[in-house]
Amino acid sequence: MEQVQDRRETSAADGAHISVRGLKKRFGPKVVLDGVNLDVKRRSSMVIIGGSGTGKSVLIKCIIGLLRPDAGQIFIDGEETTQLKGRAREHLMGKFGMLFQGAALFDSLPVWENVAFGLIQGRGVPRRKAREIAIEKLAQVGLPAEVAGLYPAELSGGMQKRVGLARAIAAQPEIILFDEPTTGLDPIMAAVIDELIVKTVREVGATAITITHDMNSVRRIADEVAMIHQGKIIWHGAVSQLENSGNPYVDQFIHGRAEGPIRMQVTKG
Amino acid sequence: MNPLAQIGRAVLTVLAEIGRLAVFTWHALGIGLLPRWYFRQWLLQMVRMGYFSLPVIGLTAFFTGGVLALQIWIGSSRFNAENLVSSIVALGITRELGPVLAGLMMAGRVSAAIAAEIGTMKVTEQIDALTTLSTNPLKYLVAPRLIAGVVTLPLLVVVADIIGIMGGFVVGTQKLGFNAGSYLANTVNFLQLDDVTSGLVKAAVFGFIIALMGCYHGFHSRGGAQGVGRATTNAVVSASILILAANYALTATLFAK
Repeated sequence: MEQVQDRRETSAADGAHISVRGLKKRFGPKVVLDGVNLDVKRRSSMVIIGGSGTGKSVLIKCIIGLLRPDAGQIFIDGEETTQLKGRAREHLMGKFGMLFQGAALFDSLPVWENVAFGLIQGRGVPRRKAREIAIEKLAQVGLPAEVAGLYPAELSGGMQKRVGLARAIAAQPEIILFDEPTTGLDPIMAAVIDELIVKTVREVGATAITITHDMNSVRRIADEVAMIHQGKIIWHGAVSQLENSGNPYVDQFIHGRAEGPIRMQVTKG
Repeated sequence: MNPLAQIGRAVLTVLAEIGRLAVFTWHALGIGLLPRWYFRQWLLQMVRMGYFSLPVIGLTAFFTGGVLALQIWIGSSRFNAENLVSSIVALGITRELGPVLAGLMMAGRVSAAIAAEIGTMKVTEQIDALTTLSTNPLKYLVAPRLIAGVVTLPLLVVVADIIGIMGGFVVGTQKLGFNAGSYLANTVNFLQLDDVTSGLVKAAVFGFIIALMGCYHGFHSRGGAQGVGRATTNAVVSASILILAANYALTATLFAK
């Protein structure tokens, strides 16, 4: 009986695609995540906000499995994933797509091979077929077929982000993670990328988690918002409630005030 | 500051580094070399590491062979043993200078390139991106380089042996006045298979060290351009030192008669 009770307490919330329970991660003496709890509904768009060095990146890297948490659990489709290794881990990775902050395109490969990489290497799709799919995905993010033969270094930052997005959606992932998708872009390009994110996530039918500190981006992308501060989720709600959260930390952050309960952090987290 | 604390800290740093390297090597061999195998990458690395090192290693071997002929002639002429020049050049090149100099040249060229490439991939999150695309970086990046190192350096050393002996031959016949036929006959008659194979075994080990040091330092680089620069330097220095240490160890243990 006791075991059953335990399970109910720690297992995933009903209907959540991704559930994070009591997640902890530290690097040396620095505690980055200090018991994070978070539920993300299937096919919803969750945006995690928070200042630099508050553990946003570490949280999504734990969710996707690039970092191993020290304690806590992560459920994906109700399956606990923090202990997965080897093939099971690789299989789970197939459910994910990720757009990295600097796009992280492979600069030794042309654009189309970047987009098709997961298909060719991960799933063994023949190169000719993979190239066709890549050009299709490039069109989906508004890039013409001529771009396919270029190398990432020949593209502007915004174009690289688009290619990164095409790569993230190429293998039809169930979950897409966006790491500061608009950082370093001009406001117009940022709006374009936000729109593309909303459009493609809907088309693919994926669950999306985005981390950002761009409030315009939050309002365009989010269904739900969670704010992380000092390694904990301190507020969580629908984007419509963001303005009236009644939480002084959230208020300070979304209005970008220098004065308030949040103190600037000097060193990197 | 307390000197004891400083010594302690230094010892701990060294031990931690050795531990990290051991774990990395273990993973590279235990995970990286298992299927799946990216043969395209294997081939690409063999061409990049091996084929493109040919000019550097060929030139090094040619001049070394020539210098060796001159120096040995100076030494042997002091007790009228000039006819030993050809055989000692051959022995020196195949057993020692071929593998060691080819190894050191390749360490400079290849370890640095690997560390810089993988280090840049690391700091720009390309290695994380590989993982998210269901591709294990140990299999896709590390294994092809290790295999290319172990396979191509012995092949390069075969070439270096031939060119090095040729360098000695050119200097011996053109400058020191040896008869071409008897110089070559001396070389061929004196040289044993063991002289060549022992050099090739060394080369395979050096090739492994070169690729491993490049990958290890690349994977553990952090902090942007400066970090990548440091990784590159560390890769070359550690590969060179390990090659020289391994050279002594191999010579002393495996080939002692």
